[in-house]
Amino acid sequence: MVDVLVLEKIRKSYNVGTPVETEILHGIDLTMRTGDFLALMGPSGSGKSTLLNIIGLLDRPTDGRLLINGEDTSILGDAELTRLRGKTIGFIFQYHYLISAFTAQENVMMPMLVDRGWPDAAMAKRADELLDRVGLAPWRSNMAMNMSGGQQQRVAIARALAMDPDLVLADEPTGNLDSKSADAVFDLMRQINRERGTTFLIVTHNIELAKRCDRIVEVVDGRVPDFPHA
Amino acid sequence: MSRWLPFEWIASVRFLMEGLLQTLVILAGIAIGVGVIVFMSAMLAGLQANFIKRVLTSQPQIQLIPPDEIARPLRHDAGTIEAAIVQRPTQRILSIDQWPKIRTEMQARPDIVAVAPTVSGSGLALRGDTNRAITLTGIEPEAYFKIVRVPDYIVAGDSAVTSEGILIGTELAKDLGASLSDKINVTTAAGGSRILTVTGIFDLGSKGANQRNTFVAQRTAQSLLGLIGGVTSIELTVNDIYAAEDIAREIQATLPVQADSWIKTNAQFFTAVRAQQTSNTLIRSFVGLSVAFGIAAVLIVSVIQRSKDIGILRAMGTKREQILRVFLIQGGILGFIGSLFGSALGAFALVVWHHYARQVDGSELFPLLLEPQLFLVSSAAATATGVIAAIAPALRAARLDPVVAIRG
Repeated sequence: MVDVLVLEKIRKSYNVGTPVETEILHGIDLTMRTGDFLALMGPSGSGKSTLLNIIGLLDRPTDGRLLINGEDTSILGDAELTRLRGKTIGFIFQYHYLISAFTAQENVMMPMLVDRGWPDAAMAKRADELLDRVGLAPWRSNMAMNMSGGQQQRVAIARALAMDPDLVLADEPTGNLDSKSADAVFDLMRQINRERGTTFLIVTHNIELAKRCDRIVEVVDGRVPDFPHA
Repeated sequence: MSRWLPFEWIASVRFLMEGLLQTLVILAGIAIGVGVIVFMSAMLAGLQANFIKRVLTSQPQIQLIPPDEIARPLRHDAGTIEAAIVQRPTQRILSIDQWPKIRTEMQARPDIVAVAPTVSGSGLALRGDTNRAITLTGIEPEAYFKIVRVPDYIVAGDSAVTSEGILIGTELAKDLGASLSDKINVTTAAGGSRILTVTGIFDLGSKGANQRNTFVAQRTAQSLLGLIGGVTSIELTVNDIYAAEDIAREIQATLPVQADSWIKTNAQFFTAVRAQQTSNTLIRSFVGLSVAFGIAAVLIVSVIQRSKDIGILRAMGTKREQILRVFLIQGGILGFIGSLFGSALGAFALVVWHHYARQVDGSELFPLLLEPQLFLVSSAAATATGVIAAIAPALRAARLDPVVAIRG
């Protein structure tokens, strides 16, 4: 079976070619298999956000290869990366960024809508199913801004799952929530991972949550020291 | 979420609705701009139509007259140089050479609507102890009235011209103390003298014209002016009044006549019309420009406010072109809806102004011209302006780096 994500010697530098060129990532190798539930940890400034952006195809590495489902992304153009990102990667952000002009249901429909162009009944049905799964069916017509932080983050999880992605990237998904909501959101992701086999990569500072993941990868100064290739 | 709209339209409408106050403020701005343009355009079109109607229904648009008589120095043998002062000859009243042929030729032209040969010269109107200098114009009524609508200006009697009748202006009638059916003795320098009956009195709207102009039958004028069988000018009206000068030049180049267009004979009036058009266009352009800047400013702010939304949309696979279209459509929607309000505003102001702005005599200052074309063109232009104004903000939105946008 092809690995969902393979990083080979990923390097990232900023201000390339100038006297202040700085390398943030110094050759990172990482492999994720389908169904992995992985915690990415590391102190602030260690480069984990940069790594997450590269994995999420929002940024390109300066050097090294990134394979998603065996497809080498370094040879893809901007438009193809956008397409691949839309189809294979779901995002959950720390500040549960829902689009405020839309309802919960519409936010969940959004990835399908931008992919297909026109809304249809199937999209609405799938959004309702996902909202039901995250326990927010009664709130489907609420405007995004009229929901609590925990609710918004659950909507964001539903939205991340809309396109049935192979990989969900969560950037401190519980970092902005009280501990009870944080637990609920984490449990929800874990359950979805078990039910559907969706691969999760979760950036977190919370060591308790990290311990409940299958694997912990630590980024220290742009390196992943002694990473055991499982 | 409407099933009948694609993603870009749904997002555009929602973004505009969410920032409702911002949207309403810029809509008001656009509406005022479009309103000013509609109001100015319609009013100036009306004023111009009125002026042009007045000017061009009381005079021909092109007048063909015999060419100037030029004195040439006598030429002697080769080698002799003559230091002669060449004096300009006096311009006798002459008939146009072979005028029936020229008339037929003019009637055959598709760009000419009406052709009327006239005989014109000066004379003296006498009644009792009073005499007044007049311009005697001999006309063929059915042809001439198509060019100068004398029947529209008749205030007493009627416009029928008989061989013993004369139409005079209100001022002349006053000066001579003449009213309908009174007799006037008309004499000319050529020695002609006739007693004519006043059959109609007209008011051309200008004191000078009402004092001097008189109309008689063509044959009457010919015999009074000693030009039996001749005409002194051929008057023309054309399809396109602004092409009059070009047509006149063309005629002058091909026929042995001098052709004067209304543009040349009313140079000042024409310049005024043109200046008005130019300043109107200039004002409209600047109003349009300020509307465009307003739309652009609001959209630039909107792009900044929505950079996180844009980043998230990009992260979930929205293409740059889709983001671009979302903002272009917003510009178009603002322009279009603003133009609807603006048209209503402009039309309302026009109706009110039309009601209150009156001429000295109480008649309307300008005719109320509310042509659907004006509103269609204004709406289309405003929509296009909106889309064009949105280009810069939309490009900015489409180029946003999602990483930067999400980090905020």
